[in-house]
Amino acid sequence: MYGLKPDPCVLEVPDKYYSTGDYEKGVARWCPGCGDHSVLSAVQKLCQEKQLPPEKTVFVSGIGCSSRFPHYMKTYGFHGLHGRAFPVAEGVKFRRPDLNVFVVTGDGDCLSIGAGHWIHSIRYNMNLTVLLFDNQIYGMTKKQTSPTSPMGTISNTHPHGSVLPPINPIQTTLGVSNVSFVAQTADWLPGHLYATIKAAHEHQGFSFVKIMMRCTKFLPEEAKKMVGDKEHMTLLQHSDGIEVDMATANLFKHTVQHDPADIHQARAYSEDPEMSYLGLYYRDKTAPRYDLYGAHNLGATSEQKLKVLEEEFDKFAV
Amino acid sequence: MQPQPTTTAPGANPVQRSRKSISQHIVEIVSDSGEGAQKAGQSFGAICAKMGNGVWTVEIIPSDIQPPPRTKESTSGIRIRIGSGVITNAGDEADIVIAFNEIAPYSRIEQDAYQPGTKILLESMWATHDDEEVRENYTRAITDFKKLGFDVYEVPMQEECLKLVPDARRGKNMWVLGLLCQLYNRDIEIAADQIRHTFRKKTQNVIDVNLQLLQGGFDWAGQHLDFLYDLPPTLGGIDQVVMNGNEALSLGIIASGIEVCSMYPITPATSTSHHLAECFERAGGLVHQAEDEIAAIGFAIGSSYSGKPAVTITSGPGLALKTEFIGLAVMAEMPLVIINVQRGGPSTGMPTKIEQSDLLAVLYGQPGDTPKIVLAPSTIEECFQFVILARQIAEAFRTPVFILTDSNLATGVQPFARPKPRKEWFAPPVDQSPWPQGLNPYEWDSSNGISKRPIPGQRGGEFTVTGLNHNKEGKVSYLPEVNQRSSTMRSRKLAAFAKTLKPPQVYGEDHGDLLIVGWGSTRGAIEEAVDRARAEGIAVSSVHLRFMSPFEPDLAKLFKNFKKVITAEINYSDPVDDEFIAPEHRRYAQLAWVLRARTLVDIGCFSNVHGQPMRPNSILNAIRSITQPQNA
Repeated sequence: MYGLKPDPCVLEVPDKYYSTGDYEKGVARWCPGCGDHSVLSAVQKLCQEKQLPPEKTVFVSGIGCSSRFPHYMKTYGFHGLHGRAFPVAEGVKFRRPDLNVFVVTGDGDCLSIGAGHWIHSIRYNMNLTVLLFDNQIYGMTKKQTSPTSPMGTISNTHPHGSVLPPINPIQTTLGVSNVSFVAQTADWLPGHLYATIKAAHEHQGFSFVKIMMRCTKFLPEEAKKMVGDKEHMTLLQHSDGIEVDMATANLFKHTVQHDPADIHQARAYSEDPEMSYLGLYYRDKTAPRYDLYGAHNLGATSEQKLKVLEEEFDKFAV
Repeated sequence: MQPQPTTTAPGANPVQRSRKSISQHIVEIVSDSGEGAQKAGQSFGAICAKMGNGVWTVEIIPSDIQPPPRTKESTSGIRIRIGSGVITNAGDEADIVIAFNEIAPYSRIEQDAYQPGTKILLESMWATHDDEEVRENYTRAITDFKKLGFDVYEVPMQEECLKLVPDARRGKNMWVLGLLCQLYNRDIEIAADQIRHTFRKKTQNVIDVNLQLLQGGFDWAGQHLDFLYDLPPTLGGIDQVVMNGNEALSLGIIASGIEVCSMYPITPATSTSHHLAECFERAGGLVHQAEDEIAAIGFAIGSSYSGKPAVTITSGPGLALKTEFIGLAVMAEMPLVIINVQRGGPSTGMPTKIEQSDLLAVLYGQPGDTPKIVLAPSTIEECFQFVILARQIAEAFRTPVFILTDSNLATGVQPFARPKPRKEWFAPPVDQSPWPQGLNPYEWDSSNGISKRPIPGQRGGEFTVTGLNHNKEGKVSYLPEVNQRSSTMRSRKLAAFAKTLKPPQVYGEDHGDLLIVGWGSTRGAIEEAVDRARAEGIAVSSVHLRFMSPFEPDLAKLFKNFKKVITAEINYSDPVDDEFIAPEHRRYAQLAWVLRARTLVDIGCFSNVHGQPMRPNSILNAIRSITQPQNA
């Protein structure tokens, strides 16, 4: 951004200044009222605020409504396979510390078909910003039960109501070793959404953001209920947590102070059946990062490679 | 204990004994796991290579991790085939077997590895073992072996070693190495150097003890064996390296300039990454062990997308899991090298055994039309070279490139001329220059289907990779003409690549009664069989294909110069004379299927799924029965 350097007499002018329009591409084809639109706006705002160079920014997704996301960002994008956004994003980041890599995934993509990769991506703790769009239903394939559909959800695969309790992505993520950042926000709270995504991006490590998401098309009643339900939502606040403005904080009826260093309390909140907690559950800035390992030996010269080859041929020489 | 008079001629004067000159021989050392047979065999191979002899060694690996000792399942060992000239395969039945116990040869007999006249040099310590059952087994085995026509020689390995070391189990292998050096008239100084090299990281004391064992075996054989050989070398004079195919692949990866190898452990591919992991880091590369096979290729694709082409290594079951990502790599036109070290299949199949059963799966195993380039190295040296080649093709044609090897190449060890690596082999630095204005991410050149790929970091090249059909702008499109066009362009890359290929060289005359077509690791055995058949006056030739997709040109023309064409492959085909199979239902070997479709020539096949390397003699018999059916 334009601004003054520490020397107030020198104006810092970057070679390019980006407006939000520089990150916008096409018209998003999500349903009217879909929560995905608000995340798109928040992310574009974040890119502008952080002045992320579009050519140095990559959005990797899987398959599903959420995974259309990269098509609407004027950055590099990778709209890959169902459930496989994590391995691709990890491969992108492994040798490219200079790239800002985001993963956009949904409840089916991340928690069902891609669940194995999700668990391991937490452990790898690479510097990725992960946005889990959790709308509790399969949208793109027209209303099938998702792993996060509440028990009893009527869907095309469970016309008499789903029969299993849902998976709890925050609880599971907090249970994986080397977890480093877990937060929850909601698509209909733009101030909180933006603050959360920003904090996630700023975290140097695997930042997992579960976004409670409305599907107005297939679960309209639930969508309405979620937005209006202040009784079952609590804002997590802390001086080390995610800072939100007063207006946003005032939207919550319940607020608790939660130290994001306290994993036990974080787990306890995640397991509360009566309450959804929004904010930062947990953050560990010291967890080992696999992307640092990936970048540690970048830039070997041809001479170094030739030397290693000759040494190896010496070993096999007869 | 002295060797029994019935089987050896003790006391004969070694100086007077003449050596029989031979052109090639096959030796096997078989033992229980952990007795060092493989180390002895590899050392012997290296000594022979150093002396200018041709060598092929292959390890005999127990099928279980910790089988009980003195069982057929615990047989571990090595086959070493040595020759005056170049040796290209593991050959037929063994000439000499060194057995550390009497059980081990049984498992090899089941594999038809021996024949009447094979000499078995058997550790004689079991004859006086405390356990009566062991003694009985030993006696019975000798009877069995003699009944099978083997010549049995009882050798007091343990007893002789105990004269030199307190624990014979840990020294027997080097004593046996000494015995072999005497048997084949090896230069004892070269052998001593080899021991110094093998134990270079050990103390001088360890080296000295092993040198004594070497000399002990050497002297004993000189005094006690009534058969000795001479194997005049005809090679030599060039710097050589000796390694197996997986090691060659790993060095090929470094030499290609690839910097990411993403894999998941699977037999028999994994050992490539073992060697790579040892030295890759110093060369600026990393091995990523992914959480599963799917993640391994996804990671490699992500890495290729944002940088230099990456490689993933797998085998049959892993290949199956990678299917969807292979389709994506083709659709998104991602440079990527995929190495498939084939094993026995289907399903878990025979992980440690040899098969060439993945050709059709690689060519056609993905839903939708997925043209890709497939290479098949036929020697260990080519395992090294083809990775370097594959990386360049992948980048030039913006496509995944497969390398199909198999267990036979993976575990076979052969010397070849030491490569002279060049900087030109390495992948160029990742292009981060601004993207040319107005250039589309899939700006296909209609003449060759090639387009330039934007890499993250290139300003102005921003676009979204997608597995959905897309137009040249990279935008999703389901329009009929767009899908037709993008499919045509991906296919055209193969047509363009095919133009760079030369017709394959024929081994033998370019016309005749029979042409054998092979691919992959069977080359040595096929060409040896052709040599033998031609020596019998049969007009047979062979051709070995190294490019499986697209094929090298002019095959149909070549096939028409022969009365009959068959493939020789290690994969399943219905027998031609099977009473249950109508001709139109006959299932052909995999290359035969493809060649028949491509050339409209009535190509037959000789194939089996024995899980073993193809032997020259079995191919020779097939050649005889096809060209001289009346004698078959």
